[in-house]
Order: sequence, then C-alpha cells, then structure tokens
Amino acid sequence: MNDMRKIERDVHMTDLKIKARGVNVHYGETHAIKDVDVDIVDKTVTAFIGPSGCGKSTFLRCLNRMNDTISICRVTGQIEIDGRDINDRAVDPVQLRAQVGMVFQKPNPFPKSIYDNIAYGPRIHGLTKSKAELDEIVEKSLRRGAIWDEVKDRLNDSGTSLSGGQQQRLCIARAIATQPEVLLMDEPCSALDPIATAQVEELIDELRRDYSVVIVTHSMQQAARVSQKTAFFHLGHLVEFNNTGEIFTNPQDSRTESYITGRIG
Amino acid sequence: MTAIPFILLILAVLGGYFINRMAAREIRDTGNRLHSLTSYHGMFSALMILVPVLTFILLWLVFRGPLVDRLVMGNLPDGVLDNLGTGAIQLILAEIKSVSRGVIFGTPEDWKFAAADHFVALNKRADWLLVVCAGALSLALMYFARSRVTAEFRARQGVEGIISGLMIFCSVVAIFTTIGIVASLSYETYRFFEMVPITEFLFGTSWEPQIPIREDQIAAEGAFGWLPVILGTFVITFVAIVLAVPVGLCSAVYLNEFAPRKLRSVIKPLLEILAGVPTIVYGFFAVLVVAPAIRSFGQSIGLDVAPNTALAAGGVMGIMLIPFISSFADDALSAVPQTLRDGALGLGATRAEMMLNVLFPAALPGIVGGVLLAVSRAIGETMIVVMAAGLIARMTINPLDSVTTVTVQIVTLLIGDTAFDNPKTLAAFALGMMLFLVTLMINIFALRIVRKYREAYD
Repeated sequence: MNDMRKIERDVHMTDLKIKARGVNVHYGETHAIKDVDVDIVDKTVTAFIGPSGCGKSTFLRCLNRMNDTISICRVTGQIEIDGRDINDRAVDPVQLRAQVGMVFQKPNPFPKSIYDNIAYGPRIHGLTKSKAELDEIVEKSLRRGAIWDEVKDRLNDSGTSLSGGQQQRLCIARAIATQPEVLLMDEPCSALDPIATAQVEELIDELRRDYSVVIVTHSMQQAARVSQKTAFFHLGHLVEFNNTGEIFTNPQDSRTESYITGRIG
Repeated sequence: MTAIPFILLILAVLGGYFINRMAAREIRDTGNRLHSLTSYHGMFSALMILVPVLTFILLWLVFRGPLVDRLVMGNLPDGVLDNLGTGAIQLILAEIKSVSRGVIFGTPEDWKFAAADHFVALNKRADWLLVVCAGALSLALMYFARSRVTAEFRARQGVEGIISGLMIFCSVVAIFTTIGIVASLSYETYRFFEMVPITEFLFGTSWEPQIPIREDQIAAEGAFGWLPVILGTFVITFVAIVLAVPVGLCSAVYLNEFAPRKLRSVIKPLLEILAGVPTIVYGFFAVLVVAPAIRSFGQSIGLDVAPNTALAAGGVMGIMLIPFISSFADDALSAVPQTLRDGALGLGATRAEMMLNVLFPAALPGIVGGVLLAVSRAIGETMIVVMAAGLIARMTINPLDSVTTVTVQIVTLLIGDTAFDNPKTLAAFALGMMLFLVTLMINIFALRIVRKYREAYD
C-alpha cells in the first residue's frame, strides 16, 4: 500500500506548512519535549508515533497552543505556521485554534443537537451571514466528515445520542466547520472499534486533499496505513522523522527499529 | 446495673467470634477446604449474637418502665384510685416514684410507702431477669452459631446477609422518622381544621391568631388565613434568591474557570466558612447592621422604610445562601468533562464562550437543582427571619415593608404558655404541615432535575 503511494507522495512534498525549531516543553519540573525540530508539509498526513509518555501528544498540543490552558506548562522554541511564529505575542491563540483544528482522543460532542455541534465553530467565529449559509456549512462539513447520510434526518437529535464512531466523525466534521488549514488528531481512533476505526481512517485519507493532517497514534499499523510522513518520538526526543515507508522498512535509528519491531514501547 | 447486660453482650460477642473461628480453624487444619475464611465464621457468630441480643435488651429497657408502672398501680389497695382523672393518677404514680427514691414531701399515706417498696422490688427483679434472659439468649445463640460451623457452611454469605440487613435498617430509619414527623404533625393539624375550616385557612387573607384566653377577656376573635404569611415567606425567599443566585453563580464561574489557583485556594475555604456561620449570627447581622442601614438610606432618599424590612431579612438570607449555591454550581461545572472544555477551546472558543455556550448548558440541570434546594432552604429558614422580619402579617409584596413568615409565626405561636386545645396553638402545626408540604414538593422537583443531570453526557 505504501509503495503504491510513493509517487503520489513525492509530488506533494513541496510546500512547508509548519516549521518547528528547538521546541522545548516543561510541565513544572518535568522536561517533556527536548529540542524538537519538525517540518510538516501541506496536504500530507504526518503521523507521530512512540511509546506512551514520549511527548507526542504534548508536541501536538503545541501546534495550536492548547498547552496554554495548562497553567504549569511552559513552551519555548519556535513554531511557524505559514512562516508566522504562533507563539508571537501578536498571535491570538483563539484565532490560531480556528485555523488549526483539533480532534481529541475521546469523542467529545457537546450535549447539544448535531446541528448546533457543527454550527458552534462558525457561530463563534462569525463565519456566516445568514441561516442559509450556516445550513450550507453544516451540510458541507457533515458530508466532509462522512457522516451526513447517517444524520441528515436527525440533525436536531443530541450529538451524544450517536454511537462512538459516529461521534468521532461528528467531532471531525465540527473541526472542519471552522475551515481550518491544519487538522490535529490526538489518537482519534483509540476509543473506537475496528469498523469505526476503518471509517475514520478512510476519512483521514480523504481529508489530505484539502488539509495538512497531523495524527498522533499508538498503532503503528494505523500510522503505516494513513500517513505519508512519520515522526518517532522517544522520551521527549524526536528520534527519527522520514517518509512513512522509510521509517517502517528501513529505520535509521536503532531505537526506531526496536520500537517498530516491538522490542520497546 | 443497666451496664451488666451490655457487658455480658460484649463478652458473648467476643466469645462467639473466637469460638467459631477456632472451630473453623480446626476443621481447616485437619485438611478440609473451608468455603469461607475463618474470620467470616467468627464474624457470623458475633453478628448472630449481637443483633438479636442487642435488640432484646433495648426493647426490654423501653418496655420495662411502663410495665412496672402498670404492675405497681394495679397492685394498689382497692378504692384509692376511684373517681380520679388521668392527671391525678399520674400524680400519685409520680409521688410513689419519688418516695421510692427517698424524696418525701409531707406525710404520704401508708399504702404509698407499700407501693414504693413494691416499685423498688419490681425494678430489682426486672434488672435480674434481664441479665438472666440476655445471658441465656446469648448462650443459646452462641451454641446455635457454633453448631453451624462446617467446612461447607457459607459463613461469608451469612455475614453479608446480616450486614446488608443492618444497612437496610439504617436507611429505613430516615424514612420512618419522616413518616413519624408527618404523622405527629397531621394529628394536630387535623384538630386545627376541626376548629377552623380548611377553606378559611387556605384562602383567608387575614392572619390574626390572637384569641381570648379567658371567657371575660376582650380580644379579637382570631383570623387564620395563611395567605399573607406564605406571601411574606415568598417575598423574603424571592429577595434572598435574587441576591444569592447571581452572586453565587458568578463566584462559582470565576472560581471554577478564571481564578488563579492560589486565589481559588483562598476564596473557596472562605466561602465554606461562610456556609458554616450559624444562622442566628446572620440574624444579628441583619438586625444590627443591615436593617438600620437600609432604613437610613431609604429615609435619606425620601422613602418610607419599615424597621423590619423584608429586604433586610431576605438580603441577609441571600448572603447565607451564596456559598450554598456557589458550591453546588462549582460541583456541577467541575463535573463537566475536561474533554468538552478541550473540544470548545480546540475550536477556537474563548474561555468566556466556552463557559457560556458549553459548560453552563451542560451544568445547568445541576445548577437549577442546587437553586431549588436553596429555595426550599430559604422557605424553611427560621432564625434570621425570627430576628429580622416583622410579626404582623400583611398582604404586601413591597420588600421595604415589614412582612412575617410561616416559620416566624410558628415560633411566636408556640412561645410562652400554650394550651393544646385552642386554635392559636394548633395553627402552628397546620402552618408547619403546609411548610413541610411546600418544601417537600420543591425538593422532589429539585431531585428530579438533579437526577436528570447525571445522564447529561453519557
């Protein structure tokens, strides 16, 4: 599967979306991320893999400044999106998060109707002028989230009434509705069964056409299935970052090899 | 003397425990596999003895007094109790008892001395009988429990059964107490409604419970319409809630989401201290500080303000309720999962938007439940209003006027010499009953909402 995509991959690896240099994160006394440099390319799925507690989720949360909400967390270093430093004082984290959407490990629909779940982002950011326009965004996002057919007749039902897999696709649709450029996914399938996982993975592959997707995953098979680039984190270091095919077939670092062959982690 | 049966009981329980445990251990040591651990065998015996014997002793102590009294009175010489009312018979019994303790006033008749001796003898016999019975019962149960010890005996299930029975009993105690309270209120309420028609009570707009005490006294006939009283309660409750809900909610929102951790760790305990202030202290505050302040302020802008305003009583009650509402709302907001907060923030919501659009609606049922519980507390609150609200019932909703409340009226009706055969006293029970029903309804309503809120995110 990876080999078949190789040609396609090379074509797209041109424009840089996110450039991180010397990123360090401290949680109180703990040094969670140590000097990480990453280049994330547009219209690509980049997977972060690594054993639990290696810092991959923490690093992901740096990209939309979600770590700001944790008072003991301190981020240093430079992260640029489209050449603009997101930690700059002039950047409003609220606007940044509209630009960099996020999907979480556990599906977290709001206890509101399906419609209101999707419409929430466009509403708070004032993206629409009329109800018709909002309806259109909701439908487009739900279609993009591959869940429209399942919910189109019950848009007024509570988002929490859906099954786990549907909830997660709803959350992806909700993130898309704010029209982000980057989509961050923090283990989006870890709470889902295999069928729902397959649906979400298919969706992620779809989304690559329009967005730069960064996904944290525990499952190496998943990383191999959905991503074009893979970064391996270990104990807060970025050990290896390369094309997914290279990482899984020809790892350069012995730690990466140990991890993907199941000897550590 | 009453300690002896209890000491016996403790010894029997310990004895039963160790005897059964030893027996079980012996069976185990001979190579059999026990169904239950040896400690369960011991516990089984201990509980088998403890529960019935303790019940027996307590029942004995409850019924011994009346039984001895009856025996003493039944044994009096013929004719001495003829033509006496219950009051006089009670007096004779009390005299006999005090003679038996050696407290003698005047010169009692000889038959009273004889009865006193009889009383002492009966009591002594009852004490010994209790010791013997309790001891015999303990031994019998100990023997029974010991006879059950076998390798297959399911002692653990037995212990669990007894303990769950005890827990059922404990949970039923509260229910029966409630039923008892209602029952004791309802008899007096019934008697009140025999004297005053229920329609007059429910729909009357005048509350003047003064009635003539003696035949020749000139006084009003008394009017028992509860509407002005309950209206006063509602006015004060309304003032309290109007003050407490916004302040309590804002403080909860601030503490939960916006306050720096250090500030929160200072303010939260302070709020909890506020919740622990006795209401009578709030009463002082209302009478000595708030009421005069409101009055002088009102007068300075040309308003006619009563000395005991509903505003003062309700306002201070509202301050009392702030920590109540704030801690309820804080709990409800904290119960909203972190993932929902992350979800909203991850979409680019500001903290305020997240609070207003996501956290608050998700926590709303819990908050409403808390507010309703606060309402029922305000309605039943007594001490603040006794000190700070008025005594005269007026049909008014002006918070600057003096109003009275149901609880205040109950207190004033029952203070002083009370006779239980006139409507003035009995009216207090009718008011209490109505108050109970109103708060009960609000509580049921509140609990239903709180229960619904548990299902909100699943």
